[in-house]
Amino acid sequence: MSDGPAAQSPWQTVTITRIQKRTPRVTSFFLQPSRPFAYRAGQHVDVRLTAPDGYQARRSYSIASAPEGGETIELAIEKLEDGEVSPFFHEIAAVGDEVELRGPLGGHFVWSDSDGGPLLLVGGGSGVVPLMAMVRHRAMRKSLVATALVFSARVWDEVIFRDELIDLAERRDGFDLVLTLTREPARRPSDYARRVDTAMMVQAMTRLPAPPKLAFVCGSNAFVTAAAEALIDAGVPAALIRTERYGV
Amino acid sequence: MVTRGFSSGRKPPTDTDARIPPGQYLEQGFPVLSAGPTPHVRTEDWSFTLKHGPRPIKKWNWAEFNALPLTKMTRDIHCVTAWTKFDTAWQGVLVDDILADAGIEPPTAFTLALGFDGYTTNVPTKDLTAGKAMVALLYEGKPITPDHGGPARLLVPHLYFWKSAKWLNGLQFTERDEPGFWELRGYHIYGDPWREQRYTNDP
Repeated sequence: MSDGPAAQSPWQTVTITRIQKRTPRVTSFFLQPSRPFAYRAGQHVDVRLTAPDGYQARRSYSIASAPEGGETIELAIEKLEDGEVSPFFHEIAAVGDEVELRGPLGGHFVWSDSDGGPLLLVGGGSGVVPLMAMVRHRAMRKSLVATALVFSARVWDEVIFRDELIDLAERRDGFDLVLTLTREPARRPSDYARRVDTAMMVQAMTRLPAPPKLAFVCGSNAFVTAAAEALIDAGVPAALIRTERYGV
Repeated sequence: MVTRGFSSGRKPPTDTDARIPPGQYLEQGFPVLSAGPTPHVRTEDWSFTLKHGPRPIKKWNWAEFNALPLTKMTRDIHCVTAWTKFDTAWQGVLVDDILADAGIEPPTAFTLALGFDGYTTNVPTKDLTAGKAMVALLYEGKPITPDHGGPARLLVPHLYFWKSAKWLNGLQFTERDEPGFWELRGYHIYGDPWREQRYTNDP
């Protein structure tokens, strides 16, 4: 017998309140927690699905929303054809459905405006998601920390959060957006049409008022390896570079 | 809580469920996870130091370390990000053989694994000895690539794989169980996949 309260499960039920397609392969799911959920920009959650026979599948997803962005948590989930969990979200999940969520998780790939900058963010594909949380956090806090986001996507229509990012960059409050497309020509004068490389990192850094205090890199393993090596070759000390990788 | 519309039919077919710890799924590839850029450690710059607290007990260079007895271990490995990979084949030096070469018995009950990149992770000493763990030098018969922790990584296959420190350059015996890099950032102090000890407060 225990006099204290029963141990609370680390899992909580969350309700899907909104679904928004972001790109042909990425859809945002807005989740309403059933109990208070405080997190930091860059953190992730585990999502758990349970079948009638008791089988459970879980996957980790980065949070795209800013901690101060409201009551719901936004996950931007890419559909993986051979996946177990992402096809459920893309093909079955509907507003009102409940799933289980655990988190927030991760204490390294995180940034808050009090950490300062300049901040250099480098994302490939859906690797932009935790960086988006940082960019949104910065905007919500009205932070003036100089920040550059270098975002690599295959084509213009796969630039997740594209309109919102361009709007934020047009505020000219110290947030700078560099898009690079790997399978299409560049659309904006400041953009590129190639894979990330050292020259691109050098040029991104010239857009910051001082060398970066922290760099965050997220994407596939191949992307993160290439981007981190480009940053090191561009003069960013390895100790300032934090990475998050997914996929094989 | 059953999830509407989710069925175990999505589970990849396998007749080896008993080898997959709770909450894990079977992965055929070999995903890479790390907190920072991949260090490229040259074997001519490589060394391995056994320490008791701050005090070095013995240090080996690459040639000296490779002259220690090599042992094969083929094991299933389990990453806290939920993938499990079967039958990964490693060769390296058992921690037992490192201790024997240094001529010591383990001086304390706890150990910190140390990486060239500053990474640390704590493992009880008894989880490293009695043939349970090695410093791996080869994966599938070839030198371990930098992204998988080469030239040498710790292999503690019965714990979640963050305990198997990449780019290993030493083992340090400590008086107390001292949390390492991820253990200070929300991950479990011990990390047994069969008890699903993923995060700090898991039982």
